Amino acid sequence: MSTLKVDQVSKLYRATSRAGGLTPALRKVSFELPPGEVISLIGESGSGKTTIGKVLLRLVQPTSGTVTFDGKDITKYSQRGLREYYRHVQGVFQDPFSSYNPIYRADRVFDLVRGSYFGGIGDKEWHDKIEAALDAVAINPGDVLGKYPHQLSGGQQQRLLIARALLLDAKVLIADEIISMLDASTRVDVLNLLVKLKRQGLAILFITHDLSLGNYVSDRTMILRHGAIVEMGATQKIFGNPQHEYTRMLLSAVPELHKKWQHSPLGPVAVASNGHAAVAEKIESGPDVAVAPALAHASMLDEVTHAEQVVKRDLRAFFGGTRAAASGRSQVSVALEPPPLRECEPDHLVADAE
Amino acid sequence: MSVRVENLSVAYRSHRGDVTAVDNVSFELADGEIMGLAGESGSGKSTIGNALVYLDQRMRAVGGKVTVDGRELPISDNRAMRPLRMTEVSLVPQYAMSALTPTRKIGKLITDLLRSHHVKDRDAVLTELTRRLALIGLTDEVLGKYSFELSGGMRQRVTIIMSTLLNPSLLIADEVTSALDVSTQRAVGEMLTEFRDRGYIKSAIAITHDLAILAQIADSITIMYAGRLAEKASTDTMVNDPLHPYTQALIASLPEVGVRYDQATLTGIPGRPPSLANPPAGCRFRDRCPFAFDKCTQTPPFEEIKPGHHVACWKVSQEHSALAAVGQEQAV
Repeated sequence: MSTLKVDQVSKLYRATSRAGGLTPALRKVSFELPPGEVISLIGESGSGKTTIGKVLLRLVQPTSGTVTFDGKDITKYSQRGLREYYRHVQGVFQDPFSSYNPIYRADRVFDLVRGSYFGGIGDKEWHDKIEAALDAVAINPGDVLGKYPHQLSGGQQQRLLIARALLLDAKVLIADEIISMLDASTRVDVLNLLVKLKRQGLAILFITHDLSLGNYVSDRTMILRHGAIVEMGATQKIFGNPQHEYTRMLLSAVPELHKKWQHSPLGPVAVASNGHAAVAEKIESGPDVAVAPALAHASMLDEVTHAEQVVKRDLRAFFGGTRAAASGRSQVSVALEPPPLRECEPDHLVADAE
Repeated sequence: MSVRVENLSVAYRSHRGDVTAVDNVSFELADGEIMGLAGESGSGKSTIGNALVYLDQRMRAVGGKVTVDGRELPISDNRAMRPLRMTEVSLVPQYAMSALTPTRKIGKLITDLLRSHHVKDRDAVLTELTRRLALIGLTDEVLGKYSFELSGGMRQRVTIIMSTLLNPSLLIADEVTSALDVSTQRAVGEMLTEFRDRGYIKSAIAITHDLAILAQIADSITIMYAGRLAEKASTDTMVNDPLHPYTQALIASLPEVGVRYDQATLTGIPGRPPSLANPPAGCRFRDRCPFAFDKCTQTPPFEEIKPGHHVACWKVSQEHSALAAVGQEQAV
């Protein structure tokens, strides 16, 4: 079977500022994506979830670790091998409005596929293939063929890109935040489409920051934090019985229609000893102002995630300003070794506190 | 009533004539009320917000009247609006993440703000600023930073701080929580309610497409569809007992976290909203509505069906008047 297997993959980004330093975007991430399963990968910005998608699509080379598809290491593919790989593994990205070239008609994405994969195929046969693919994503061909991207709705554009992946006999779909730009009334239709394709044997990696969407579509869930998996397992176990502090914090912050947020302390999340626990202390002991716990907590997260995103060029360091301050920021780092995962019940792994 | 909007219509100029993005909209906000304004993209929700603060060159107020604290807001007169912005009405723009210029430090932006509004007692305002920054978990340090040195959540909070610094009566928060992570979303949402509770802002309109966020922070929710108001009610009523078919479908299509979806499947709303360049007569939701009937070819009035619950739908008004008739008979 064509299982995509990720084994101990790490990715370090080199900071471009003069202060230098490496940012761990992924820390020894391992999981398997078998056919007919939707795995949702949930994390906040800067957690490395998009990097995983990029590694799987070979847009980024991992620093260490291997990704195998059908038992073959995908980093070792030659040009031709890579083309075959893309026949089976395809990606759809967040912003449908910028995935298309506005100058050309939207169905050009199909023509490009034909050019590189179906050179010898006849017009009639090709047309039938397109119709079958559009049928699979529940689009009426007359509604989309020959139209320009701006004439299509976001949902139609996203479904067209999924149809393009299906043309190629895709076995794995990397769906990176494909729902977040869509309107509420069309979101569910795309989600239901993913469920339908899954039943036909497609493996889907559903990358999202929206826990309710992940809960809706996925069989299994992985929670990613600072590039490491903190909790993974069957979706109903993760959502029904979250074990890791961070997962609980995320779940408590999700806005729900029928339940108000509780104004109870969220509980501090332990961070590697880089002095940032001090941030929370400073806030909490501030002069005569009571800080809402969620706010204090978020600002702590801000400090940490931002410091880790030093991939962005730090202009102050570049222009030689207060370099000490600048490099001080970028030295915040998380230990490279991720906390070990332990099995707390069948099909439910939790990482130790970090 | 701190804010009253009556029959507001706003059009965008285009080569093919005006496109009415907001069509005859009326609503009121009580003191201390956070009103959520929700709808699909293109429903005109952001246009309402922008119209109350700044009508740019492309927009034209076709008609209507806006009153804030009993004074009429000269929304069509850019020059007259200038001193009222930030002090009476204020806007947190939709892309607050990129609303701060990268070439000025945050402190400089705030100084500019104070100077342009001829604030006399700057020290008092700056002390207040420090207090408010501490309240939301930021320190004075951010004032010496450029916007790109802050994370998305910090930038969003700094923008809200700036927009509310001069204690405006009405704050329009346009999509302040979208594009943020859940924990930051919560922080920003709680910041809005906190600022309302402390009286930094008297009332607010929170514009978003995310009903779940509104259920947390808003006191009342107004749903817009294709330039018109569809339904307005208190948050509890809207979440538990919506009447308009559009609201019902919208709420039914939201996946939730505490539910298992092994068996159940949610359904979306088929079709898409009509083009506003040449909108159809009658109810604009008609083509997508499962309950549409003959009468829907006429425009439904935005009626108060129950106290505080306004709906624009013929089916709902008919059922309600039938119920009322039965009630009267029984009373007789």
